[in-house]
Amino acid sequence: MFSHNIFKKHFPLFSHHPELIYLDSGATALKPQQVIDAEIDYLSHYSTNSARGLYPLAEMVTEKIESVREKVAHFIGAKDAREIIFTSGTTGSLNLVSQLLNTQISPDDNIVTTLMEHHSNFLPWKELARAKNVDFRILPLTREGVLDTENFKKYLDEKTKIVALSAISNVLGTITPLEQIIPLVRTLSPHALIVVDAAQAVAHETIDVTKWDVDFLAFSGHKMFGPTGIGILYGRKNILETLTPVCFGGGMVLDACATDTLYKDIPARFEAGTLHLSGIFALGSALDFIQSIGIEKIREHEQSLTLYTIDRLKKTFAENITILGPQDHDLRSSIISFVFKDIHPHDIASVLGEHNICVRAGEHCTMPLHQSLGIDATTRLSLSIYNTREDIDTLIDVLKKIQTMFC
Amino acid sequence: MSLYQEVILDHYRNPRNQGNIKNATHSAHASNISCGDKLHIDIIVKNDIIEDVRFLGSGCAISQASASLLTETIKKMPVEKVRALQSKDILELLNIQLSPTRLKCGLLSLETVKKALDTQREKKEKM
Repeated sequence: MFSHNIFKKHFPLFSHHPELIYLDSGATALKPQQVIDAEIDYLSHYSTNSARGLYPLAEMVTEKIESVREKVAHFIGAKDAREIIFTSGTTGSLNLVSQLLNTQISPDDNIVTTLMEHHSNFLPWKELARAKNVDFRILPLTREGVLDTENFKKYLDEKTKIVALSAISNVLGTITPLEQIIPLVRTLSPHALIVVDAAQAVAHETIDVTKWDVDFLAFSGHKMFGPTGIGILYGRKNILETLTPVCFGGGMVLDACATDTLYKDIPARFEAGTLHLSGIFALGSALDFIQSIGIEKIREHEQSLTLYTIDRLKKTFAENITILGPQDHDLRSSIISFVFKDIHPHDIASVLGEHNICVRAGEHCTMPLHQSLGIDATTRLSLSIYNTREDIDTLIDVLKKIQTMFC
Repeated sequence: MSLYQEVILDHYRNPRNQGNIKNATHSAHASNISCGDKLHIDIIVKNDIIEDVRFLGSGCAISQASASLLTETIKKMPVEKVRALQSKDILELLNIQLSPTRLKCGLLSLETVKKALDTQREKKEKM
């Protein structure tokens, strides 16, 4: 634990709002100066298109974009940079993969997701199942909020074609032990393609698509200190090569006049139109930023602060507070959602906001999960490297005030 | 200025006109699905006047205090005058500025009251 936070100085938002306590990194992470500089660098020094122009500036942009692709591949343990597709974000990635897999579904197949999914890893699959008229199944959770592997057999079978799951729940904070879960899925459903939503994991734990043995993986730039509007879809090379594009336009075709249009190789064939180039420059810088600190160090800081937060909440508010998610701290990331007596989370978040404390309140785009828990809404804290114990102490003080105000 | 002025906290902690009316002439239920605010309103209309009005609900302080304040205001008011109430009247009643996200909490009460009055009117028209 750092008594003086050495990371805060990298984030200019704190210079503009020195009083701000930002506990909403699960919604979007703040941006360090170097990421902002990288985006400006593209806009002011490059500003030309990639993969098209033959003049030096455009060649430099192309080179830079491809170097970020390499960097992303390395960062998530992919063997080949061609397995990295630039998208608009996790939602864009998951919608893209669900459309790409449309042709892979046969009438007897089924599609499986889990109860902890964000709507973006739930609705695309629900819609695909409905469009193909196949069974849509939802893997249940244990009372602790982890995947109920005991009951996998009831949901996963030979006909399961897609299994979509989260690396980390955006509400419960549960870390899904993919290294143990995926072999189980593979045994029960040998034909399944495994799609992982890594939006909440990417800046918080090591991602390794090869070790995890996943077929597709999605994440956003803006949850890993990068800008909004840029995201990644990883797809296993031998699968991507069999898939037909679903979005058409410039930059993805070899012969547009042929009767059977001839498309470029992967990944270009899945990247029609001009990419978010300034966003890709900035994403590259965000990766450098994370790697300069080290995921292990980030995890250590966040885990220690998460433990401190849970401990203080429980000791201060005892039975008045219910914290969701696993008790086992090794299964928890830095997301802490809670229910505080019968005070509505919107009231809690509004009053905290009036005290410059940013948290999220609501159902966090997880209606199925909230419905299963029998609660309308929760208050969510999501921590990052710029948070301190002092932030948590102030939070506790204001929560005490809220308790007096509403009860 | 804080959203949670004493008048709002007072109406939230000690709601006026809370409960059901067995012989209500008009009733409606409405909710904000995304945040879980729920409201049920019973009204007795007599000679085109709101003779009595009660509510039961759950949700945030803004939605519940707004229901309490509104029921207090419309009791004994002519129905047509209640129908003419607008968002700005509710905001005046609450005496706070509401952000777009909290506006629907504040306005749920008026929405439910109007729905109750309309539901009955539809029934009458069908008859």
